[in-house]
Amino acid sequence: MSNMIKNAINREIPKYIEGIGELKAFGGAFAYNPEGKKAATKIPKTFTGKNKIIENIKTSLELCGIKNGMTISFHHHFRNGDYLVNMVVEEIDKMGIRDITLAASSLQSIHAPLIDYIKKGVITGIQTSGIRGKLGEVVSREKILDKPIIIRSHGGRPRAIESGETKIDIAFIAAPAADAYGNVNGVEGPTACGAMGYAMTDAEYADKVVVVTDYLVPYPACPISITQTLVDYVVVVDEIGNPKGIVSDATRITKNPMELLIAQKASEAIITSGLIREGFSFQAGSGGASLGVAHFLRQKMRQEGITGSFAAGGITGYLVDMLEEGLFKSLLDVQCFDLKAIESIKNNPNHMEMSASFYANPHNKGCVANQLDIMVLSATEIDLDFNVNVITGSNGIVMGASGGHSDTAAGSKLSIVVAPLLRGRLPIVVDEATNVITPGETIDAVITERGIAVNPKRKDLLDLFKDAKLGVMSIYDLKEIAEKLVGKPRKIETTDEIVGLIEYRDGTIIDTIRRAK
Amino acid sequence: MKKLRRTMLFVPANNPNMIMNAPVFKPDCIIFDLEDAISLKEKDSARDLLVEALKTFEYCNCEIFARVNPLYTPFGKDDVRELVKAGLRNVRLPMSETDEDIKNLDVLLTEIEKDLGIDRGTVKILGAIETAKGVINAEKIAVASSRMLGISFGAEDFTRTIGSERSREGEELFVARCKIVLAAAAAGIDAIDTVYADIEDEEGFEREAQSARKLGFAGKSVIHPRQIGVVHSIFTPSKEEVYRALRVISAIQEAEAKGLGVIALDGKMIDGPIVDKAERIVTLAKGAGLL
Repeated sequence: MSNMIKNAINREIPKYIEGIGELKAFGGAFAYNPEGKKAATKIPKTFTGKNKIIENIKTSLELCGIKNGMTISFHHHFRNGDYLVNMVVEEIDKMGIRDITLAASSLQSIHAPLIDYIKKGVITGIQTSGIRGKLGEVVSREKILDKPIIIRSHGGRPRAIESGETKIDIAFIAAPAADAYGNVNGVEGPTACGAMGYAMTDAEYADKVVVVTDYLVPYPACPISITQTLVDYVVVVDEIGNPKGIVSDATRITKNPMELLIAQKASEAIITSGLIREGFSFQAGSGGASLGVAHFLRQKMRQEGITGSFAAGGITGYLVDMLEEGLFKSLLDVQCFDLKAIESIKNNPNHMEMSASFYANPHNKGCVANQLDIMVLSATEIDLDFNVNVITGSNGIVMGASGGHSDTAAGSKLSIVVAPLLRGRLPIVVDEATNVITPGETIDAVITERGIAVNPKRKDLLDLFKDAKLGVMSIYDLKEIAEKLVGKPRKIETTDEIVGLIEYRDGTIIDTIRRAK
Repeated sequence: MKKLRRTMLFVPANNPNMIMNAPVFKPDCIIFDLEDAISLKEKDSARDLLVEALKTFEYCNCEIFARVNPLYTPFGKDDVRELVKAGLRNVRLPMSETDEDIKNLDVLLTEIEKDLGIDRGTVKILGAIETAKGVINAEKIAVASSRMLGISFGAEDFTRTIGSERSREGEELFVARCKIVLAAAAAGIDAIDTVYADIEDEEGFEREAQSARKLGFAGKSVIHPRQIGVVHSIFTPSKEEVYRALRVISAIQEAEAKGLGVIALDGKMIDGPIVDKAERIVTLAKGAGLL
């Protein structure tokens, strides 16, 4: 009997994978009903009067009882300036430990040294939102892992942890500032990164939690993001990250004319939708065109005296400016993108930190993504059913991240994708996306420089956009325009080997990543 | 109807991305540049790229020009020949200093048109005046050929030839700009204002575009897509102007229908220049989507 089955978006997925287990096929964005109870950690016993500082990472691993086959976790708030993942894995290797599953909220170019540890068998499993750089290329092209990596959204990850699907044995938390009793804040120290949202669920659900910092502060490390009640050990090292790779000074509005043009068209579409009204909520991805949308909406809000309730997601200085100008009442922040955002979350009580679960987990009692009116998303590919790829490039290589894409698309009232119709000589609208992160049923419209396509299920929007003469066309027309200009791209050649499983936010499998030739 | 030439967007002919994407920014005209933007070693390849682009892409709503290299360079004549063969119908001739420069191009175009079997006069000329000598000769340049559709001003080179520096206020350009507008108006062709090179100085650009409209230019050359919207909004007539222009035109039509020779509106005579102005405003209003 075949191990393969077609899911609700017609993608062939396996029913079972050795080393991972039974898989559930994606049945639709809102089809899956979770059952059972949430996971819990062991009851700890702590002694009075002791601090939690231990001498080094190796000792922390020993005290946590590291052994073959365990799962260790990391957050990605340090982005491409993170030293901790490589440091810990190096120690694990030195201790002769093998068969480790790495559950990171995301992996970057700086983590390329992991390739060697994968080849040595130290790491045998990876769960992440995305992978950039050489590691992504090697994972996609070479069969260096026996079992596929699991790609999860920012909401899907805390869901998997809370449900017990991902049981974290040891969570390592890179902490910009910490005290000797394990309280962590993200706003002080040389590696200040602001919000610590992606580390919070790890801290709550891991059996053991190790905080690693290069900036020890007197007790208590206020304002506390991750509390002492969850932390077992604190390790102080010389450097946990490179500030240059963590944040920029301030995120500026793009000057790229194409991105501005798309942003302008997107803001016209959003305004036409009627959702820009008192108390509306908004989130945009971190791409140039997405942030550009905020810029154009800001002008509209000023002109008409409209105040939004909140802006959410990864927060930039630009949104901080809007908060301070009174255009939004609050910011709900899972990760800060620049120094201005860090400064704001430190000082402004209306700029609130949230956990990844609070942000986007579909299986808690209500996440922020569900409260969004407007979500502006990017895409590397979008197919004729509006399914979106943001994980693999045009060569089939993992180069991006799932992020909060599918979470916010599902949760928001209006989800629009902004993308140039052509990147170089590649069309963005394609017959079939290389991979699917976000199902088309949760995407309402695609805005390109050459035209706007509305998902046929949103007839209401289609009528509004047509009446406003926004340049609406079918997604088939967009594809035809693109192909007329640059031709039809050849299909990417892949083998049948599955190197990655893409989980939808609810834990079902929406797609597989095949090994690129 | 008269063509709108509010913006002429320079696009370096060695940039495939911009060659393909320039129309989405909706400039009235695109000038593919083979001259200043292209280094000596890229002259041939840029020309080849542009030839292929002209054969491949449809630039439906944009009027396409190419700024060829001056004819006295080793590239100029081949630029004209290859591009016209590929479908180019408007040549922007840099460094037009005398009517002879235009006439030389005219002769070359006539020869090419004959070789290709297309009607004589099909290819039009926009003479770019960029020197003191060119400004002095503007009147002759503007009427040097029946192919002339306009003359444009290039301030960067011009300031060098008069021994001045380009300033934010642009006083050093004032006389030349006026002379070019007058020469074009007298010849019944368009005057196109110079580029504004500092793309970060949005305020300075806007001020210069406003003065271009006031002085009587039909449009302005731009070097960045971000400058297009500004020019278009400045060259968009007010509702009152459009309303008046429409009334003038309907009064003319009414008078013609009645066979009246003398036309009056609100007790005032309507003569040729008023009608021309009204038509120009209606064209601009249509271009701006007001009508």
